[in-house]
Amino acid sequence: MYLRTALCAASALALTAGAAMAQSTLTIATVNNGDMIRMQGYTGDFTEKTGIAVEWVTLEENVLRSRVTTDITTKGGQFDIMTIGMYETPIWGANGWLVPLDDLSAEYDVDDILPAMAGGLSHEGTLYAAPFYGESSMIMYRTDLMEKAGMEMPDAPTWEFVREAAAAMTDRDADINGICLRGKAGWGEGGAFITAMSNSFGARWFDMDWNAQFDTEAWANTLNFYKGMMDESGPAGYATNGFNENLSLFNQGKCGMWIDATVAASFVTGDDSTVADSVGFALAPDTGLGKRSNWLWAWALAVPAGTQQEAEAKQFIEWATSKDYIELVAENEGWANVPPGARTSLYENPEYQKVPFAQKTLDSILSADPTDSTVEPSPYVGIQFAAIPEFAGIATEVSQEFSAAYAGQQSVEDALAKAQAITNEAMEAAGYR
Amino acid sequence: MATKASRSAARVMMAPAVVLLLGWMLVPLIMTLWFSFRTYLPLRGGDQGWTGFDNYVRFVTSSSFWPAISTTLVLLVGVLTITIVLGVLLAILLDQPMWGQGVVRILVIAPFFVMPTVSALVWKNIFMDPTNGLLAHLWRFFGAESVSWLSDAPMVSLIMIVSWQWLPFATLILLTAIQSLDGEQMEAAEMDGASVLSRFFYIALPHLSRAITIVILIQTIFLLAIFAEIFVTTGGAFGTRTLSYLIFQRVLESQNIGLGSAGGVYAIILANIVAIFLMRIVGKNLD
Amino acid sequence: MARAVTNQRKMINTAAAWIIGLLIFFPILWTMLTSFKSEAQAIADPPIFLFFDWTTENYSTVMERSNYGRFLWNSIFIAGGSTILGIIIAIPAAWSMAFVPSKRTKDILLWMLSTKMLPAVGVLYPIYLLFIQFGLLDNVYGLTFVLMLINLPIIVWMLYTYFREIPGEILEAARMDGATLRDEILYVLTPMAIPGIASTLLLNFILAWNEAFWTLNLTAAKAAPLTAFIASYSSPEGLFYAKLSAASTMAIAPILILGWFSQKQLVRGLTFGAVK
Repeated sequence: MYLRTALCAASALALTAGAAMAQSTLTIATVNNGDMIRMQGYTGDFTEKTGIAVEWVTLEENVLRSRVTTDITTKGGQFDIMTIGMYETPIWGANGWLVPLDDLSAEYDVDDILPAMAGGLSHEGTLYAAPFYGESSMIMYRTDLMEKAGMEMPDAPTWEFVREAAAAMTDRDADINGICLRGKAGWGEGGAFITAMSNSFGARWFDMDWNAQFDTEAWANTLNFYKGMMDESGPAGYATNGFNENLSLFNQGKCGMWIDATVAASFVTGDDSTVADSVGFALAPDTGLGKRSNWLWAWALAVPAGTQQEAEAKQFIEWATSKDYIELVAENEGWANVPPGARTSLYENPEYQKVPFAQKTLDSILSADPTDSTVEPSPYVGIQFAAIPEFAGIATEVSQEFSAAYAGQQSVEDALAKAQAITNEAMEAAGYR
Repeated sequence: MATKASRSAARVMMAPAVVLLLGWMLVPLIMTLWFSFRTYLPLRGGDQGWTGFDNYVRFVTSSSFWPAISTTLVLLVGVLTITIVLGVLLAILLDQPMWGQGVVRILVIAPFFVMPTVSALVWKNIFMDPTNGLLAHLWRFFGAESVSWLSDAPMVSLIMIVSWQWLPFATLILLTAIQSLDGEQMEAAEMDGASVLSRFFYIALPHLSRAITIVILIQTIFLLAIFAEIFVTTGGAFGTRTLSYLIFQRVLESQNIGLGSAGGVYAIILANIVAIFLMRIVGKNLD
Repeated sequence: MARAVTNQRKMINTAAAWIIGLLIFFPILWTMLTSFKSEAQAIADPPIFLFFDWTTENYSTVMERSNYGRFLWNSIFIAGGSTILGIIIAIPAAWSMAFVPSKRTKDILLWMLSTKMLPAVGVLYPIYLLFIQFGLLDNVYGLTFVLMLINLPIIVWMLYTYFREIPGEILEAARMDGATLRDEILYVLTPMAIPGIASTLLLNFILAWNEAFWTLNLTAAKAAPLTAFIASYSSPEGLFYAKLSAASTMAIAPILILGWFSQKQLVRGLTFGAVK
């Protein structure tokens, strides 16, 4: 009798324990960027508040992309939350693969999300992913080297100025390169940079009939200018440098200027940097055609449709992208290290305004408009990408041709001709033309 | 010795392995064939119906196809040549009397245990990085300009990395073969005044032919499928896009399952051509 | 008549072999050393070989960031499980091929090997869809099964070559004594082939341990082995050589140690028993 009761109790306990366990573990796929890794460290705070456990799947960006794309297109259901960007969100949202985030709680204050970010993470006005951090791009430069070169960085320089300054700052003997830029193949790496840069040179990916535009003078100018400047003043092997490689170079004091994501500002002024005290910021350059070369991006958290734990997943998103989370990080690691670029209130916070790069980051974000990114009209949305499903594949191959030209394996003309062929081939295969 | 009963028993006992492998081959193969005849774009509404041979035509007429085939073959031949030539030399050296042979053998085997992803990451960053890599330090130490390995000499770098992984394998097989070489025959030849080279070419090399065949067979199987090394180091840029990497780009980056599947069918055909070719040599050499 | 080897010649051999051996091993050694440096020392120019401030900080960072124990356990389970399962299925098949050969035996063997040449990425989609159907995604059993299938051809082939070395008369004698087929395989053949089976086990364990395509694509959190663990350290922001080295060392150390301890079997295993 006692035994039976005990057994019953035990099995009931096991059942509830099992149920509790099964109910409350979220699987989250994320990219191995600094801010996300920091977030993992604070998971305990979330679990404490909600009783929901979290399993992290942290992957390098390329692996993450192919992994989550396979899963979402096949409805594999491996993840309760996915970390995706501004490129994927509207496309996936349009396909009905993401849970709309239209019922977030009042204290979450969804209207506080920067309009540029919310716009890029929505499809037809519905938000499908909440920005964990947002970024544009800007110039980060060494004030000491600039001074040494006898030049002064304007707030909003032109490419001509940048090239001149880069040449002046370069000192090969001291292992100092005037400028470090992304050249690495991949649509999210060098492809993103050169596309954003081409906007300021008056180039575009497609005309209004979806014809590739790589045979235009504007693209030739962009690429020749880039390669010319980098050959003069760039680091060795720049054709394989991406964000991380350049960050590492800059932190070691080997770059005079670096034009890249605004989130890098907190790293180059942080503990890992050997030049933290002498970094200045300026808007990304232009050529006077009315468009600057800065992009817009957000790493955001989205819930794939069909997850068993929709409510819990939303709870996590509310926690991770909340004002409270920002304060939590600020309290422990200082305001400079909070995830930037997502919320208006952050930039209204007097504490945050003291951070040296806060204003330039905001200015850069506000000056980027994905719906009107090119000098001549284009049929696509997006600045450093075109928000169509085929773009990632095409742009990766195109940027591989560009990187080969940077490395001197082929001429700029050949690279552009191949890019033109690749793009038109792919657009035909997809039925645009 | 084989009786009728044991024959049927043999068939029964072979069945599980054969059936499993047949399933493992046929089920994905049939699905791949099916997809290859369809317009299947997951990001644009999924399966959009039959398209005949369009995907097949598109895949071969794409400007990336022939370069990918030649890259695949260059990689295969490059790695096979390096591992076999160096493997033979190294095996001969290790066969000589020396102190600490066991330890040296351990050192030589070690790269074979290293995960391909790890070895690619380590080579790419810690050794081949043009700024902080160890090779760059070394080059600068000798007053030379540091080399941007992965962009200036991408195939050489890739072949180097892969050869490093497979050299131990080739060396060990060849070493085992050499150790069984008849010493007296060698000595007799030496006494007859045969030079080192002629001894090598007329006695050692023929003796090694069987082992070399095994090395070619096994390495080819693994080299045709190489993926991680390219994914990590160049991502297919700078002319390192092999056929299997091209398929990866079509399937995962372009999200064109139909086109990628057609590529998969071509790859299967290529693999089978190589397999038939190998069977010819191996079949003769295996008994 | 043994050729007299002069000490001088032996010394030259020794020196040459050691230099080449160390050269081949150097990348691994360097990675291990780097894992004990600070990030700044890891990229120091000129590089520091031994005289740096040894620290285990990288290892604690990596341990803190990832659940190394689980990745390790999954690797062991998947590599071990797939190999053992493969051997159980392969022993009867190899027996039939070795002792009841037919005209087709060699064709079947080569056909089995040719299944290994299928480009994995070409069939990723079909396999992924099947895994969803059977609920096997992120499941150690599903992954174990797939890796078993991938290595089965090699296992069959290796066992076949070992079995062929065993004289058929012994098995026949057992049969004369009234042993059933099961007894024959279980109590006569298998014990005699233990060294061969051990080599097969070892080599396939290594191959499964290092498999990086399926293990990465078919898992998420619960079943992810060390290949997935390393994918989260490949390009973090800022300086990362030391952390990458620590993670790499943690991923390869278990298999390296295992390989070294069982070097003899491995040499045999690597030669697939086909080279004598």
